[in-house]
Amino acid sequence: MSDALYQELILDHSKRPHGRGLRDPFNGDAHHVNPTCGDEVDVRVMVADGVIVDVSHDGMGCSISRAAASVMFDLVNGRPIDEALTRNDAFGELVKGRGQVEPDEELLEDGIAFAGVARYPARVKCALLPWMAFKDALVRGVAADSQSATMVGGQS
Amino acid sequence: MTETVDRAVRIPEGMPQYDDVPRFDVSRIRADFPILERTINGHPLVYLDSANTSQKPRQVLDAVDAHYRAHNANVSRSVHTLGTEATEAYEGARAKVAAFIGATSPDEVVFTKNSTEAINLVAYAFSNATATPGSDPRFVLKPGDEILISEMEHHSNIVPWQLLCERTGATLRWFSVTDVGRLDTTNLDELVNERTKLVSLVHVSNILGTTNATAKITKRIREVGALLMLDASQSVPHMPMDVVDYDVDFIAFTGHKMLAPTGIGVLWGRSELLNAMPPFLGGGSMIETVTLEKTTFALPPARFEAGTPPIAEAIGLGAAIDYLSAIGMEAIQWHEKELTAYALDGLATVPGLQIFGPSVPVGRGGTISFGLEGIHPHDVGQILDELGVEVRVGHHCARPVCRRFGVAAMTRASFYLYTTTDEVDALVRGLEQVRRVFA
Repeated sequence: MSDALYQELILDHSKRPHGRGLRDPFNGDAHHVNPTCGDEVDVRVMVADGVIVDVSHDGMGCSISRAAASVMFDLVNGRPIDEALTRNDAFGELVKGRGQVEPDEELLEDGIAFAGVARYPARVKCALLPWMAFKDALVRGVAADSQSATMVGGQS
Repeated sequence: MTETVDRAVRIPEGMPQYDDVPRFDVSRIRADFPILERTINGHPLVYLDSANTSQKPRQVLDAVDAHYRAHNANVSRSVHTLGTEATEAYEGARAKVAAFIGATSPDEVVFTKNSTEAINLVAYAFSNATATPGSDPRFVLKPGDEILISEMEHHSNIVPWQLLCERTGATLRWFSVTDVGRLDTTNLDELVNERTKLVSLVHVSNILGTTNATAKITKRIREVGALLMLDASQSVPHMPMDVVDYDVDFIAFTGHKMLAPTGIGVLWGRSELLNAMPPFLGGGSMIETVTLEKTTFALPPARFEAGTPPIAEAIGLGAAIDYLSAIGMEAIQWHEKELTAYALDGLATVPGLQIFGPSVPVGRGGTISFGLEGIHPHDVGQILDELGVEVRVGHHCARPVCRRFGVAAMTRASFYLYTTTDEVDALVRGLEQVRRVFA
């Protein structure tokens, strides 16, 4: 049964996470904690001209949350903000879907492996933890980006 | 006396003998617990989460059921037959609790909803006394006064005191924990001093399993005239408790960890102290007389039991105490000691496993937390669940302990009177499976 949860893809991402390690420069960051298990994740984003030019992450978490952070990096790094948000929403819908949501592979890529997580309500939070931190970091990054755009506009 | 077992080593006469140990038949005990017949994911249930909440025997379920079916009425306010029966059963449960912990009188037993509420009740006695002129000075806090806890407390014995200190300007201090998971009392005389008003300590740690020896600490507390509270949530269910022998001022424990329903807990306090404490929650049942201008309050324990109490739950707790007493708390304690020794040996065979807390079955209870190198406790718990083995993972509401040992979370197996060595074997086998999945 745990095959559904611990797919090869998830174990791979958790053992060799993509984009792990906090990087500079960044203009938005967030620290999120799962109070029930004590897991923690930090996410940094660098937003420039409406594009996420870098997203980095680090933290202490289970295989599910580590893999989710790795997949998140793949899905949002280098993407325009609206595309990243669409993927964020699709991922959330999938893992909160209690196994009823048919994942869109083109949109979610390796993220489709998380369809199994949806059947374990106790683990949904693990998968969402890095994504929620990402969304918070993004809000800050977007604000910083638009502020610097205004400043640039003011000078011209 | 005849020799029934051929022992390799003969213990000299006058010393405790092998067969002096009280024992019981675990398979007969298990037959009383309907839930233990369940399967989980196709495997027999192996319930190793009793420190979280215990399972309930038929005798407790029947007592609660019989109350609702045949005797249900509100307590302490009705003249009718049902009201009288319910009141007798509720107060009877209080008397059983008092006898179980060696209290001088049932009036020293206050029913709460859990240990957390019991601890908060004492914290608010300090808070309310401090805010009310003319209160008993033992409960009045001022800046510079100190409350002492330890690094191995459950959050329920940390947060109420933090809040109390924030409200009153008192200082919260704590005993550290040693590398082997014992209380560090090397600075006892400095930590317990003339400014100390209350020491609130966990008796048996819910995460490390450590049983804290209290005699030395109590002696020092008496020297400085402070009060002592024990969080006995993990001790009263598992070992004999005598509040007079322990020379303690308050203890808190909860029914659901000792075979009783959820929603019923106990604050025991020395009657002289309870009498000096202002009320906690206001409402029905806790009053003497009420006018629209002023209320006078009932004597303890009623003073602290506002509103309709958890009647059926208290009756369930009484039935649980009958059940435990019939087996004998010494026998239960010994059973868990043997299981713990067996489990510590078994767990030591798992490569990469680290025990947090005492690694010898001395001065500890049957709760063992551990880490598996490179594998997160959530993943450990998930694979074990696939095999029907139910353990707790996370920070166990004792996050400072996790930090002390440099981890975010731990995996915890905890035992009770119905736990068997076969179940410990299932845990050890399960951990091998965990290592295969995450190899």
